[in-house]
Amino acid sequence: MNIIKFLDEFTTDQLQAPMSSRRAMFGQLGNISKKAAMLAVPFGLATMGNKAQAQSSSDVTAVLNLALTLEYLEDEFYDLALQSGVLTTAKSQAIYAQIAKHESQHVTFLTSAIEAQGATPVAKPTFDFTVGGAFDPFMNNANTTQATAYAQLLALAQAFEDTGVRAYKGQAANLIGNDAVLTAALQIHSVEARHASEIRRLRGLEGWITGNQRGEGMPEATQAVYNGEENVTQGGVDVTTLGSGTPFSVDSSTQAYDEILTGDQAVEIASLFIVS
Amino acid sequence: MKMKKSIEVKTQTVGRNRRNFLKVSGLAIAGSGLLLASCSDDDDNGNMLGGGDFDLGSGDVGVLNYAYALEQLEAAFYTNVVNGSYYAGASVEEKAILLALYNHEVNHREWFKAAINANVPDADARLTADLEFDFSSVNFDNRDSVLGTAKVLEDTGVSAYNGAGQYIQTPLYLTLAGKIVSVEARHAAAIRSLISGSADFTAFAGDDIIDSNGLDLAASPEEVLSAAGGFFVTPFTYKNPKA
Repeated sequence: MNIIKFLDEFTTDQLQAPMSSRRAMFGQLGNISKKAAMLAVPFGLATMGNKAQAQSSSDVTAVLNLALTLEYLEDEFYDLALQSGVLTTAKSQAIYAQIAKHESQHVTFLTSAIEAQGATPVAKPTFDFTVGGAFDPFMNNANTTQATAYAQLLALAQAFEDTGVRAYKGQAANLIGNDAVLTAALQIHSVEARHASEIRRLRGLEGWITGNQRGEGMPEATQAVYNGEENVTQGGVDVTTLGSGTPFSVDSSTQAYDEILTGDQAVEIASLFIVS
Repeated sequence: MKMKKSIEVKTQTVGRNRRNFLKVSGLAIAGSGLLLASCSDDDDNGNMLGGGDFDLGSGDVGVLNYAYALEQLEAAFYTNVVNGSYYAGASVEEKAILLALYNHEVNHREWFKAAINANVPDADARLTADLEFDFSSVNFDNRDSVLGTAKVLEDTGVSAYNGAGQYIQTPLYLTLAGKIVSVEARHAAAIRSLISGSADFTAFAGDDIIDSNGLDLAASPEEVLSAAGGFFVTPFTYKNPKA
């Protein structure tokens, strides 16, 4: 299905839509390659359709397709980054290659997981990492310096990883009742957090987010990734009031908890980079 | 910066004596520090019922208690770290990271305490706030020991939350666990990167922990308590995580 149509429907609360329309939307019983899915999917994802689930399989598919969209974005970004020649140090090359490997694995894994649901994976979008020419992270223009491109490459990676962490987190509760998919999603979520920490540190920042600060050198356009991270109320409790000393400062209290992005917010951020 | 130790550290002698009374716990973890309450004469744990082990419980309550145990462990560890001599002489970068980890874990610990007190009506079902730990295997004067233990605790913490998510019944708690586990993963990556330095730039999410599907570890309570159980002096079990 068309990525824009999928994202559109995701953002219009399609999770609340009648089952019949959701079924149509995801092309249930469409072209499924069950054999291929069975080969690639570990620990029984493929058989989950038979179990009683708190969430319908359509909800699960929608979550997985959102995740797949974000992974497509990251996968292509890191591939292009590695090919660009902008990464000139052994350290940055090794870090990007390791992350690229994981994002590619996530695309494969999620594709199989969606097929195992008897659903159709959303098609890979066409991305524009220049955001209409505002950035040139892969140094495509002759007048872009390596330093500028490298700074943009790092900034975009940070934005994508911090977005990924928040987006997966925001969908976890939609997977309650589907243990295998939830666990796998959590396992991807923490890998994204490891990536985020490392990219942030490569940029000279701390591995965690303080307040809603996007961090030095991050373009203002990335602020949407960090809005809401200033929250100090967790489960109705203002965590700054739980004790005294440095652990309960506002800075520590915001660093200690990553916040969610809703599906709408994640789609809005991803859409900046999606042409069609 | 002066910080008060808030967690008692058991001495090696005490730990060993206690181990002499080790029996197989409900989780059957040989070699771990999980002890039966009945074999210790100085436990002042108010949550012990009838001399048996405190069981963490099932479903939401079980996970809250389980996470609280792990956060108490991490907070106690970093409290020792920031009061230890390795920290005192560490580089600016390492000090900043270890202090941040101390801050975050103490905050997490107190959040779980508050959450459990507010949401677990039966006081006897709440894990004690005073778990005792045995850090005799850690040398707080030594970089390798401090960072190596931090790595085990952070990776184990990530795998524990990933593995326990499926036991959570209430969306709010799952979201909160998610808010915390990603910070643990950020910690783990930073500590791994410090340890490996330029020898391995991929250690932050190394092939030793991320599988060929690009998935992080997800560990069962048995596996977690096997990895971290040696630090727990106060006995408890987690027999039926699934509600």
